[in-house]
Amino acid sequence: MSAVESRERKIIGFLCNWCSYGGADTAGVARATQPTDLRIVRVPCSGRIDPLFILRALLNGADGVLVSGCHPGDCHYAEGNYYARRRLEIVKQFLPVLGIDPRRFEYTWVSASEGQRWQLAVNTFTEQIHALPPAVQFENAEEFLQIADMSLTALRPLGTGQKAALDELKKAIKAKLPELDFVIGWQQGYDALHSAPLFMRKEEDVDKLVWGPLNVQNLATYLTQFKGKKIGIVVKGCDSRSVVELMQEELIVREDITVFSVPCEGTLDLARISQEFGKYSKIDSVEYDDAGITVMADGKAKHFCMVDYAQGKCYNCTTPGAVMADERFGIPTPVTGTPVTPPELAMLDAMSLEERFAFWHSEMARCTRCYACRNACPLCVCRDYCVAESRDPHWLTQENTTTEKFFFQTIHAMHLAGRCTGCGECQRACPVGIPILALRQQLARAVAGTFDGYKAGMQSTATPPLLGFSVQEDNIHEKEWNA
Amino acid sequence: MISRYIPTKSLSSLVAELAKKARVLVPVRRPSVKESVLFTAYEDGMEFELSKATMPPKEAVLPKCETLLTFSKSKDPNNLAAPALALSADPTAAAQDTIVFACRPCDARGFAVLDNPFLKGLYADPYYKARRDKLLVITQACPSVSATCFCTWVGSSPSDTTGSDIIFTAVDGGYVFEDVTPKGAVLLESLDAFQDAAPHLEAAKAVREAVLATVPAAPDISAAQEKLAARFTDTAFWDEQTASCLSCGACTYMCPDCYCFTITDEITCKGTEGKRLRSWDTCMSALYTREASGHNARMQKSQRMRNRISHKFSTYPENWDGMYSCNGCGRCITQCPVNFDIRAVLLAALKD
Repeated sequence: MSAVESRERKIIGFLCNWCSYGGADTAGVARATQPTDLRIVRVPCSGRIDPLFILRALLNGADGVLVSGCHPGDCHYAEGNYYARRRLEIVKQFLPVLGIDPRRFEYTWVSASEGQRWQLAVNTFTEQIHALPPAVQFENAEEFLQIADMSLTALRPLGTGQKAALDELKKAIKAKLPELDFVIGWQQGYDALHSAPLFMRKEEDVDKLVWGPLNVQNLATYLTQFKGKKIGIVVKGCDSRSVVELMQEELIVREDITVFSVPCEGTLDLARISQEFGKYSKIDSVEYDDAGITVMADGKAKHFCMVDYAQGKCYNCTTPGAVMADERFGIPTPVTGTPVTPPELAMLDAMSLEERFAFWHSEMARCTRCYACRNACPLCVCRDYCVAESRDPHWLTQENTTTEKFFFQTIHAMHLAGRCTGCGECQRACPVGIPILALRQQLARAVAGTFDGYKAGMQSTATPPLLGFSVQEDNIHEKEWNA
Repeated sequence: MISRYIPTKSLSSLVAELAKKARVLVPVRRPSVKESVLFTAYEDGMEFELSKATMPPKEAVLPKCETLLTFSKSKDPNNLAAPALALSADPTAAAQDTIVFACRPCDARGFAVLDNPFLKGLYADPYYKARRDKLLVITQACPSVSATCFCTWVGSSPSDTTGSDIIFTAVDGGYVFEDVTPKGAVLLESLDAFQDAAPHLEAAKAVREAVLATVPAAPDISAAQEKLAARFTDTAFWDEQTASCLSCGACTYMCPDCYCFTITDEITCKGTEGKRLRSWDTCMSALYTREASGHNARMQKSQRMRNRISHKFSTYPENWDGMYSCNGCGRCITQCPVNFDIRAVLLAALKD
């Protein structure tokens, strides 16, 4: 058997206590020959296997990870492995975008009596790992940099929203304000090219409200911070999906939130715009026309067309109007066609696995662990109690290595699987511009592919797929182990 | 005073020459979905630029993470009851000769701000001192100012020399280098690449004055120390002012003056060896003030932001002769995901 003869590899096994660990025992008692590459970690249930166990092992250089639990229907805790099945399938589909060969990870079901089946699983998986080259530690990956081409064709005409019913909106907010603690919107920030969130408490605050393609922040991020308060919020279509997702997960109370919606005509990618001027230029003025904006900076004027400089998410947007709103001001332009692969993900799709691994290693080097990506995320609701900073369990060390930083990004992404609405705030917030949205885009694609085109934040009564299960999974197929 | 001139085209050969003497940190552009300019150790043929960096060069003296000491435990087979413990620490080991090249006056002033707590307190921090002693700062006087620059508010200026060893000014056709400290003078004299700067000194002065003239008049913030101290218990003020803050650490990590750190013991999987690490920390994080008992003195983001602003304009100046621990570089405004403006809060606090 080649697997036994060649140099031993590091394979980590996570086995449930009740079935698979017993199965491995049965195989041992029966003296079934097995390769010695596998190191087994016993866990109470396959439902206990946090995807992070798998990712941690693989990023630290394990050649393979094998997960095994009770057969679906046989879980000692009734339904632990049903949840596990969904999670493990999504992890498997997540690995390629990280640059990790999905063949390095398998999950299977082995009962306590199935010694032979266990032997077969171990033998086949070990053979599979030996057929692959030894794993490279993330820290030792090569250098590789590439930039996504962010310009796509939009599914609807993009514009600057200057004909929006801003006055009506202001009037409505003023009328509603007495019932609310405050309404969140946008105001002009430190110059005419930058908007900042506006908390409207008094009538005169409402006059500062602005509407246009510079309103880039997703204000839904604030909703969970003000529990018990009556909050109004002005949303773009994409922001409304975050609001709905928060409702789906019962993280906010519907009755406490009043949603004001204005149809969005697209937002601008300020990263690409400031690239034209330099980050620290002096903006004199910004003028709007139907197609874009004209920026006067350092005495020079430059026109930026919405079709060329919109945020990546805007080209693919199918929800220019809010998914859910209490008060609507205007009718959104109809969307034609179907979304294409988002630009960041398309760039990664075109790379080989090795290139992706090297790409992330190179990009993560400049991460400062400021956690702006986490705190800007409307669905990262643990915030002050994030596993990234927890000492016990000690998921991450303080070491300034790309492995630690990237591991955090995989945590962040995995915690958003089936929940992320793709608002892109993580990537926009990153002070050093790491394209981390791509990780979420891959997860969204995996979730949509596995769960009948599910999109997060579209319907407030829907259960996010990874927070539930079904006994018969239509699109999750058990790995066939052939002797 | 020593001054030297170098033509524009010779700048890269100057940096190459410096790189033979020490590690030279130069601003290098990193293309991505959002470009950044980061101080990077110069290697032969590397392209660098003179624009203001995304992050200040404080890593030259205060790395994101550094090892303070290593420890291990080993068993003596003859006496299992008494394991051998070993501890080793060498504060100077990681320090190397470093030149920060083409940082801005606000970046350089940061080193002066860090020197106070790390060198001039009751104890000098040996790790910081080792790096600081081997550091030489070559600053570029700002050729322009942006909307978020407010160095003149805090007593600095686009050509401030505080914290620099050498300052250079771009003039037509080249750069004029002038010494600030004796260490800088020695370096300027030792380099062959330079020409006599006498014919260009007037031009350099004119450039600096022209840039300063474009800076809007600064408000008087001299009352900040008292006003902020008086605002300490005004929770309504802080709640209102900080509502938009996301409580991430971008502002503090991008700040040339923020120096908070955390210390953790990291033990390897073997369990018999480990190291004590010092890494950047931020007062914007809840963990920063969480005590072992579980009590947290700053549960609210408003309390954390109050700390950040009060430290910069009230408590730091109280301890260090009125010097603000803010250089007005504006990075906390531009790099903030929600463009939180520290100036606006400061001005609001100054109002009666």
